[in-house]
Amino acid sequence: MDILITGFLLGATYSLIAMGLTLQYGVARIMNLANGEMLVAGAFGAFWVFTAQSLSPYAAAAFVVPGAFLLNWLIYRYLLRPLVRRAKSRGMLEVDTILATFGLSFVFVGLMVLAFGGGFFTYSYLAEPYRIFGSPFGLNRLAASAAAVVICGALYWGIHGTRPGMAIRAVAVDPTAAELVAIDVPRVSAFAFALGGAVTAAGGVVLSTFLTMDASIGVVFTMKALIIVIMGGVGDVRGAIIASLILGLAETAVASLIDPGLTLAAAYLLFVLILLFRPEGLFGRRQS
Amino acid sequence: MRRRSIFSLAAAVALASVSPIDTASAQQPIKIGAVAPKTGPLAAGAAITHWPNIQLWAHQVNERGGLRMKDGSRRKVEIIEYDDRTNPGETIKAVERLATQDQVDFIVAPYSTGLNVAAAPVFAKLGYPQITATSITDKIPELTSRYSSIFFALGATTTLARSVADVLAKMRSEGKIGNRIAMVNVADAFGIELAEASRPIFKKAGFEIVFDRSYPLGTQDLSPIVKGATASNPDAFVAWSYPPDTFALTEQAKIEGLNVKAFYTAVATAFPAYGAKFGKSVEGHLGAGGVNTESPEIKAYFAAHLKVTGKPADYWASAVTYASLQVLEQSIEAVGLDRKAVTDHISKSTFQTVMGPWKFVNQSIEKYWTVGQWQNGVFHGVASTGLPGAKPVIVKAGW
Repeated sequence: MDILITGFLLGATYSLIAMGLTLQYGVARIMNLANGEMLVAGAFGAFWVFTAQSLSPYAAAAFVVPGAFLLNWLIYRYLLRPLVRRAKSRGMLEVDTILATFGLSFVFVGLMVLAFGGGFFTYSYLAEPYRIFGSPFGLNRLAASAAAVVICGALYWGIHGTRPGMAIRAVAVDPTAAELVAIDVPRVSAFAFALGGAVTAAGGVVLSTFLTMDASIGVVFTMKALIIVIMGGVGDVRGAIIASLILGLAETAVASLIDPGLTLAAAYLLFVLILLFRPEGLFGRRQS
Repeated sequence: MRRRSIFSLAAAVALASVSPIDTASAQQPIKIGAVAPKTGPLAAGAAITHWPNIQLWAHQVNERGGLRMKDGSRRKVEIIEYDDRTNPGETIKAVERLATQDQVDFIVAPYSTGLNVAAAPVFAKLGYPQITATSITDKIPELTSRYSSIFFALGATTTLARSVADVLAKMRSEGKIGNRIAMVNVADAFGIELAEASRPIFKKAGFEIVFDRSYPLGTQDLSPIVKGATASNPDAFVAWSYPPDTFALTEQAKIEGLNVKAFYTAVATAFPAYGAKFGKSVEGHLGAGGVNTESPEIKAYFAAHLKVTGKPADYWASAVTYASLQVLEQSIEAVGLDRKAVTDHISKSTFQTVMGPWKFVNQSIEKYWTVGQWQNGVFHGVASTGLPGAKPVIVKAGW
């Protein structure tokens, strides 16, 4: 039972890391390697709100989320749109955007070092035990999981239950065909990219309540997000959620039952197995 | 040629702006190169321990009017900084660039054990003294016999582990703790080396290691580890940990209610941010390092650090880093800019530093702090290899 709950909490953490990239890569077709930096920027926002304003770090979401949405929309509009326009194929777009966003990640790291300094950013928020079935769990992790459930639920409903969501799904499946049914593909892509950035930054706000961050740590989150997105199937919100939970449960089970030293090995073993047997990911569609 | 290094956004390397040369004069500053992480995994540690001390030292020397040379003239110092992105290859390249292109007079030793060891051959080849303040290794005899230019000031791995065992053994003999130790380590060079060094030492001291696990660097959830350690019902908890996991292990131990009388985490326990994050519950926490917070030199140094850099110094390697710059300063004032003479001077002389008098024996400082403890809001040294001012160890209260 302990393992299930701890695994679920870790899985929820992972879903916060990966959800934004799913939207950005799956719908806007941008493999955004600066994704982790956006998360760290959100975390800095929360840190600032908590230490300088003495407010709940969750209050930071009020300006971090719209700010990240706007910033990512601008990035897409002025930096990535030209790449999308000139790309002759999806492969070419991927190579171009990987290079562009890789460079962008350095710009972000540099800006954050300038703005916040290079040291550690850590604070205590809700670091209290909360007992479930007699075992203590961190209240901050429980709150983060609740936030993850809300964010994932809202995204799932938005994408599978609304009309604009249907347009997003259509673009994810086939941008050319989506254009034929009068979907404004550039607008939907920009929206998905901006939304992905906003979700990632919101994830950063939540994660900062229990993870220690510094300006250079973004790449760690980018890597984790990449694994989850590819495991779950590109462009599928459900897949990313389920892949996060599987990864969280597997890592916790290995750490508790076998050896904590093997958690990374277990995560990558799962990743390799999925690539071998379902290269398109858990919920991905086979390329025809 | 005047070069001013700023932090470049696009490539995270230093850009240079060049202005016309003044005719050579005694007023020309002494050029000091510095290379250490500003980005990458070790950037945060360097931003706390390394870079502020260079800033502080240069500020203080220049405010005084510069270094007082043998001929009576005063020379200011100018710092040229490079970011090595925590990449040993970049460290080596930057040292070469500083020596050949920027033609600096001296180079501040890089940050961390790994980057210093990686750069040792190139420092030796180019003939620059390398006074390391942030490297801990058991390879000191090997490295010093191979390179006459390298100096160590922070201590050796096994000594650090033995000192922790000594502190725990003393607590046991006083009846404060029992025999059971839960030990965890980060699966990285530093953590593995310390775990391996400490296992036989703990056993020899008669301790029983009831829990012994490692975890990968960058683990996002350490609760399975702390749950396991708590279940093993230990008297003492020892973690050979790195900064992010030091914070995470402490928070998790608090949540799990790991009630031990001796709680030790390695790197970052001495950071002011650790005390700030956990407030009163850090009272009695043991960690690597420590300083004599009551010595007047350290008090003055801490005050100046806060005033000039706007950040508090850490309670371990910060003062050692500053002292290593004082060694460089006093050597240049004694023998001038000849690097060979300066290296000789460092290995033979006694220096007055914020850490007290320093004398390198076989190119390493033999008296250093090994274990510190949070007491009344500061992290004070409780064990050393012969330094004065250690405080008695206290028992950790509850959370």
